[in-house]
Amino acid sequence: MEMSGNDWMTAKHSTGTTIMAVEFDGGVVIGADSRTSTGSYIASRLTDKLYQVTDKIYCCRSGSAADTQAIADIVRYSMNYHENQTGCEPLVAEAASEFRNYCYNYRSSLMAGIIVAGWDKENGGQVYSVPLGGMLIRQNCTIGGSGSAYVYGFVKEFYRERMAKDECVEFVKKTVLHAMYHDGSSGGVVRIAVITKDGVERNVYFAPPEPLPNVSPVVRMVSA
Amino acid sequence: MKIDIATEGPSNGFNFDNCARNAMLQKNGFVCPTAVKTGTTIVGIVFNDGVILGADTRATEGPIVASKNCEKIHYLAKNMYCCGAGTAADTEMTTSMISSQLELHRLNTGRVVPVETANTLLKQMLFRYQGYIGAALILGGVDSTGPHVYTIHPHGSTQISPYTTMGSGSLAAMSVFEARWKEGMSEEDGKKLVRDAIAAGIFNDLGSGSNVDLCVIRKNYTTEYLRGYEYANLKGVRELSYDFPKGTTAVLKTNVKRFEITETIRPIDSGSVPMETA
Repeated sequence: MEMSGNDWMTAKHSTGTTIMAVEFDGGVVIGADSRTSTGSYIASRLTDKLYQVTDKIYCCRSGSAADTQAIADIVRYSMNYHENQTGCEPLVAEAASEFRNYCYNYRSSLMAGIIVAGWDKENGGQVYSVPLGGMLIRQNCTIGGSGSAYVYGFVKEFYRERMAKDECVEFVKKTVLHAMYHDGSSGGVVRIAVITKDGVERNVYFAPPEPLPNVSPVVRMVSA
Repeated sequence: MKIDIATEGPSNGFNFDNCARNAMLQKNGFVCPTAVKTGTTIVGIVFNDGVILGADTRATEGPIVASKNCEKIHYLAKNMYCCGAGTAADTEMTTSMISSQLELHRLNTGRVVPVETANTLLKQMLFRYQGYIGAALILGGVDSTGPHVYTIHPHGSTQISPYTTMGSGSLAAMSVFEARWKEGMSEEDGKKLVRDAIAAGIFNDLGSGSNVDLCVIRKNYTTEYLRGYEYANLKGVRELSYDFPKGTTAVLKTNVKRFEITETIRPIDSGSVPMETA
C-alpha cells in the first residue's frame, strides 16, 4: 500500500519529451530536451536522450524510458556485433531497420517513439523516424515526443531544404526551446549533437531565463 | 511402483505460478493481503574520493511499522553496495541474486567488476519482469574508472547521476541535495549531507523513520558500512516510577493447600538394535 499517494511505484518512468533530427548536406543535427518525469515528479533534469548506437549512428528516445533503453541497448549490441563480423561500419538504414523490427514485433507491449539518425559512407546523413506502431520512414526533418505537438506549425513554417550545418543547429535549438516552453513534460536543457563523416560534436544549451509576465497597470476605481 | 531417481528441485529465482490463481481469487471477491513495502528514503552521492549511500530503517506494512530497524543498504560486491526501496522481498532477492552473479563474474575474470556491469544485470532483470519486481534501487560503487551512482527504476530504466534519491521520502531528500550538493565534496561534508537528506525523509515523510544507515565506498576500495550511523529517534527515559506500591490491593482471605508429589524413575530399555553407523 502506498503511504503518501505518490506514484513512483506504479507510474511508468517516461520521457515526456521533445526530440528532433534534421538532415543537412554532409550529416545530421539531432536535439532533445533533458527531462524525465514519473507522473508529476521530475525524476531527472539532466537526462541524455541522445543515445550513441555506433560511432556515427545515434538515436533519440521518447516514450517509456525502460522500453527505449532496453531496445537501444539491444540494437547497440547487435550493431557492434555486425561491425565486428563484417569489418565495416553499419549503415544508418540497417540500424533503423533493426529498431523498426523490435518496435513493430513488440508493438503491443512497448511504448517507444524513436528517431534514428546518423552518417554512413553510402548515403551520407540520414534521419529515420520509428513512431509508436513500428513504422519506418525516412524524412529530411522530423520531430517527436509529447512536446512536438506544440511545434509542428513552427517546423512547417521555418524548415527549409538545404540549410547549412549552423543553420540546422540554430533551427533545432529554437524548435526544442519552443517545445520545452509550452510542454510541461519537456524541459531542462537542450542537448544537441552534430554527426558528420568526421565524428560527433556535442553541445548543451540552457533555456534563456523566462521573461517576467507583462502585467499592465491596473486602473483602480477609488471611491471618494 | 515408480521410483524417483532424480526428482526435480525448485528452480532458482522468482516464481509467478500463483499470479493467475490470485487473479482468479481476486475476481471472485477475495481481498488479497498486501506485500510488505518499505515506504523509504534512500539516497546516494558522489564525493571527492568515492560514493556515499544512505538509507532510513523503517519498514512499513500499510499503516503499520513492520520493522523499526531494518537494513536497506544491501551488499553487492566489495566495491559496490545497493540501496533498495519498494517491495522489501523483491529488493532483497534481486540484490542477492545479482550479488552472486557479480562474484562469479569476478572469479571468472579476476578483475574488479565495473559498476556498469551490476547496472546492466539489474536493469535487464527488472525489464524482463516488466515492473512486477517492485525494486527501486540506488546502486553505488567504485571501479577503475572512478566512483559511480546509478538510479534504477522498477521497470528497468536507469540513469547515472552525481546525486540521487528514491522512495517515498525522495522529495524531501532531494530538496536537501538540490540546495547543498557540490562537486568535489570532502568525505566529512558528504556524510553530513547524506545524513541530513535521510533525516529530512525521516522527519517529513510518514513512510520513513527511525535511524540513519550510511555506507561509504572510497576510490581506494575501502568500504565502511555505518549501520546505525545516527539514532534519530531515541526513546525517551521515564523519569518517574508508575508502579503500584506493594499492598495496594487488600488481601481479603488466604488459603494454603498442600500437595503430595511422588516421582518414579523408569530406565529406558536398551536391549534394542544399535544404530547403524557404517
